Amino acid sequence: MVDFSLWDIFRNLLLALRWTVALSLIAFIGGGLMGLLLLIARLSHSKLLRLAVNAYVQVFQGTPLLMQLFLAYFGMALIGIETSPWLAAGVALTLYSSAFLTEIWRGCVEAIPKGQWEASQSLALSFIEQLRYVILPQAFKISIPPTVGFLVQVIKGTALASVIGFVELTKAGTMITNATFKPFLVYSCVAILYFALCFPVSYFAKQLERKVQRGHA
Amino acid sequence: MRIELDFLSVLTEWPLLVKGVAWTVGLTSVSTVLGLFLGVVLAWSRVHGNLPLRALAGSYVETIRNTPFIVQLFFIYFGLPAMGLRLAPETASIIAMVVNLSAYATEIIRAGIEATPKGQIEAGKSLALSSGQIFTHVVLPPALRKVWPALVSQIIIVMLGSAVCGQISTEELSHAANLIQSRNFRAFEAFIIATLTYLSLSMALRRLLNWIGPRFLFGR
Repeated sequence: MVDFSLWDIFRNLLLALRWTVALSLIAFIGGGLMGLLLLIARLSHSKLLRLAVNAYVQVFQGTPLLMQLFLAYFGMALIGIETSPWLAAGVALTLYSSAFLTEIWRGCVEAIPKGQWEASQSLALSFIEQLRYVILPQAFKISIPPTVGFLVQVIKGTALASVIGFVELTKAGTMITNATFKPFLVYSCVAILYFALCFPVSYFAKQLERKVQRGHA
Repeated sequence: MRIELDFLSVLTEWPLLVKGVAWTVGLTSVSTVLGLFLGVVLAWSRVHGNLPLRALAGSYVETIRNTPFIVQLFFIYFGLPAMGLRLAPETASIIAMVVNLSAYATEIIRAGIEATPKGQIEAGKSLALSSGQIFTHVVLPPALRKVWPALVSQIIIVMLGSAVCGQISTEELSHAANLIQSRNFRAFEAFIIATLTYLSLSMALRRLLNWIGPRFLFGR
């Protein structure tokens, strides 16, 4: 049996951390783009669209991310797409993030005074122009802190991708544990690495929130 | 190509699903009660405790909130036995859920406590209430009322998170779905049914908690 030094363990975990970061970015950016489209649909005048987006958000917020990952993994195989853990995890986490981001951003848009909508409407701006030039720029400012805060949730969410065989930090931890029989040490290192990744982001989000609040006071 | 779905072969395994739901509900109930209690204690420590206690509670909250639940669970179930503490999967699941919920609940409840108007505490003092009495009778009930919606959401997140406990062979709902699909290879159908069950559980839980809160925790 090969002996693993503490450095070996840590180095291998650091290598796996790349994939945690990569998957988080894919889900966060993909979820952001999709969330924006859903937000526009949610704000539109069509009742059907609003209801559909609402239902979408309800379903993704009311079911476990683990089940969403399993459904993506087995569902894609069912419709004939060759599934890899990458694809399934990317799709599931993107959909999951888009639902949460839509809901976060909807709250920010609702915080914009109604007069802004009315004023822009009286200037004969179309719905998309209203959003583009009046509403979204203002909502954007207050949406940054909760959006950054949600990134922490996405990073932690990627840990579940380990269950469908995606080799990121948690899965690497499990594999190294099986090779070294040192679960206490390995999972401590895994936790430390997640903390090192998430804590700065949470801290940054908290600072941003203070800034926004001071701007309003 | 044709997609054939066979939900019936999953539903015939209903005793397993019922048992899974019972475990999910049981795990959630126990960890909600313990987690909220611990959350109140920690929130008190963060606001009124001395410096070491405040720092301890603060680092506990930050550590738990910045690491994934599945890692906490694996640490407790696989890591602690190396330190001589061997736990049954169910016990490890409950500990992990309590630890997780309490950290989030601490921050939520603290926000409620800090929003208490000063006059309320002064009024309590002028009635010669002890500081303990002021906390449990004057500060805590309105604080809980203010933050109850956030706490309800957090409890639901923990209930949904309990799906992960199936990974250490706790026999909750997602574990039942996994067992069924390993028997009849109807993976997609089994997970669809489990997912829909989770969805109805979370909707029912929200209603239940919105009903329980005002009646038993903080008065109307």
